[in-house]
Amino acid sequence: MNEITMTLKHKSGLHARPAALFVQAASRFKSKINVRNGEREANAKSIMGVLSLGANQGAVITIHAEGEDAEQAIQQLVSLIEDNFGESA
Amino acid sequence: MKKLSGIIASQGIAIGPASHFRRADLKVERQKVKDPAKEWERLGEALVRAGQELDAVYTKALAETGAETAAIFQAHGMMLEDPELLEVMQKKIEGDHLNAEAALTDATEMYAQMLEALEDEYLRARAADIRDLSARVLRILLGVIESPIGRLKTPSIILAKELTPSDTISLDKAMVLGFATAEGGATSHVAILARELGLPAVVGLGMDLLDIPDGTPLILNGSEGVLVVSPEEATIAVEKNRLNAQKATLAIARQDAQKPAISRDGQRFEVAANIGSIESARAALEAGAEGVGLLRTEFLYLERDHMPDEEEQYQAYRAIVDVFGDLPVILRTLDIGGDKELPYLELPRELNPFMGLRAIRLCLARPDLFKPQLKAALRAGVDRNMKIMFPMVATVAEVRAARAILEECRAELVAEGKPAATHLEVGIMVEIPAAVVIADQLAAVVDFFSIGTNDLSQYTMAADRTNSQVSPLADAFQPAVLRLIRDVIKTAHQHGKWVGMCGELAGEPLALPILAGLGLDEFSMTPAVIPVAKQILRGLSLPEAQKVALAALNEDSPEKVKSLVEGAQIAM
Repeated sequence: MNEITMTLKHKSGLHARPAALFVQAASRFKSKINVRNGEREANAKSIMGVLSLGANQGAVITIHAEGEDAEQAIQQLVSLIEDNFGESA
Repeated sequence: MKKLSGIIASQGIAIGPASHFRRADLKVERQKVKDPAKEWERLGEALVRAGQELDAVYTKALAETGAETAAIFQAHGMMLEDPELLEVMQKKIEGDHLNAEAALTDATEMYAQMLEALEDEYLRARAADIRDLSARVLRILLGVIESPIGRLKTPSIILAKELTPSDTISLDKAMVLGFATAEGGATSHVAILARELGLPAVVGLGMDLLDIPDGTPLILNGSEGVLVVSPEEATIAVEKNRLNAQKATLAIARQDAQKPAISRDGQRFEVAANIGSIESARAALEAGAEGVGLLRTEFLYLERDHMPDEEEQYQAYRAIVDVFGDLPVILRTLDIGGDKELPYLELPRELNPFMGLRAIRLCLARPDLFKPQLKAALRAGVDRNMKIMFPMVATVAEVRAARAILEECRAELVAEGKPAATHLEVGIMVEIPAAVVIADQLAAVVDFFSIGTNDLSQYTMAADRTNSQVSPLADAFQPAVLRLIRDVIKTAHQHGKWVGMCGELAGEPLALPILAGLGLDEFSMTPAVIPVAKQILRGLSLPEAQKVALAALNEDSPEKVKSLVEGAQIAM
């Protein structure tokens, strides 16, 4: 099982441009990927689902992936978040 | 004549007839279908067509308005391909045998309501996006041709309950003078679009707006958030004159932005910029800044998980200082506290962070934080006209301690064999009333003062700027605040020190005559307002400004101060 929990540092949280980039990245993988924020859970490939998580800056989210490329998927998504979605801090 | 008040969405004034924005009425009939597979195919085709439309609209938006508006249509495109949304619609068609129109509206409405329930202004706007997208697909399904709403014959002020991105992009921009909507907030789509287009907009005007007949003469004041309905001829004439005068002033101001601000009687005023990044440094220079009165350094510290080291800071400061060549650049040391989330600093949560361990207080308590910044600044200032100032100073001891650490840093750099600036002016920000009271003592330990009017107002008036119930009290035009400004300038000059101002007041057109009259030496402001500020300063004469300042300090309310200056400006 591939799962990781991390804190969102981007000022927009998982909204706006970060949400779009996150969904685009997740959509490149075959694995089933879910994101959880507290009690809400969503398909990481669904922009509406990800937006409705209401994950703001400072939110602690858990990404869960299952499938042949689960490990790479988690790696990619983690580095996207750690990289602050490509924006210089 | 009637007046409607709303929320300021985009500045400026427009005068013209009302024109209601009408959307084609799209009715959804719920039906059970016999051939769900065919119905799913029909929806699929409509989605493909909608995608093609969005590509075209994206290109149009990019060309006509700007990247921010265009990005909205890109987001619509992503929503169109959302696997969850498709799955819900497929279930409704193949499982419940619903027709495509009903499946589409049910599914999109479900998500729109889910986002609305989150009580977040940003997400509510996304709910509107989903509905906008849904209407586009529905129109294709129903075979309704896009209504010719965009065809305005005369330039008009657009009235609507609310405007979606698809609505506004369909309008002929050459015929739009401004936007007025019954609903919406300052961050709604129409606000963004209006600012990108440089058109005035007022939102949240209430449902009365919708009863105004087409063609009614209107004055839309985006700067005050007011819509005047059926104004008298005389009022229209006055407003038209004002609008033309404003346009002419702005045109001249832009043309003369690079020229110095010299008053009618030959007094030269130094006009500098407040900046916080390399991008704003370039914008400042283009706007006519003669230096930087405030370089905010917080940008290097926010939104990251570790502290920027000395080398990184040096590179960033040096790049900015280099933009200005020999012009002065005043670097303000770190101005943060417990209200900012900087996980790597592990700052304790405080009950009242604005009166807590912040700015110079925090830096003195944390040499690990302070010293790398000072060393980076000393290196960046080599052979350049750089100065340093400390924020939130309240005592002489704080300045002495900070200067001692600065000297320590210089010695360390020399020992490390790194070049460090030797003659570097050191100043303080005047934000706490205490600093004004002991300005004579502080003058002995600093080279200059820079007044931060936003904080000086909030600390003087004991009114939190972020609390809308009391924030009007924290007005820099309050006589109490103006008198403190007078006092600090007078005391500093008596001790041979110069005084700048880097608060918002320094760029306020109505404050400029007062500040010039009080003898302020340097005016530092947001780059965008520099051309107009310079133009206003050019129109002054020192004796007149001194007279205005003297009279202003004797008024007993911010409103009276402002109307006094307004009256004097007309006379000048």
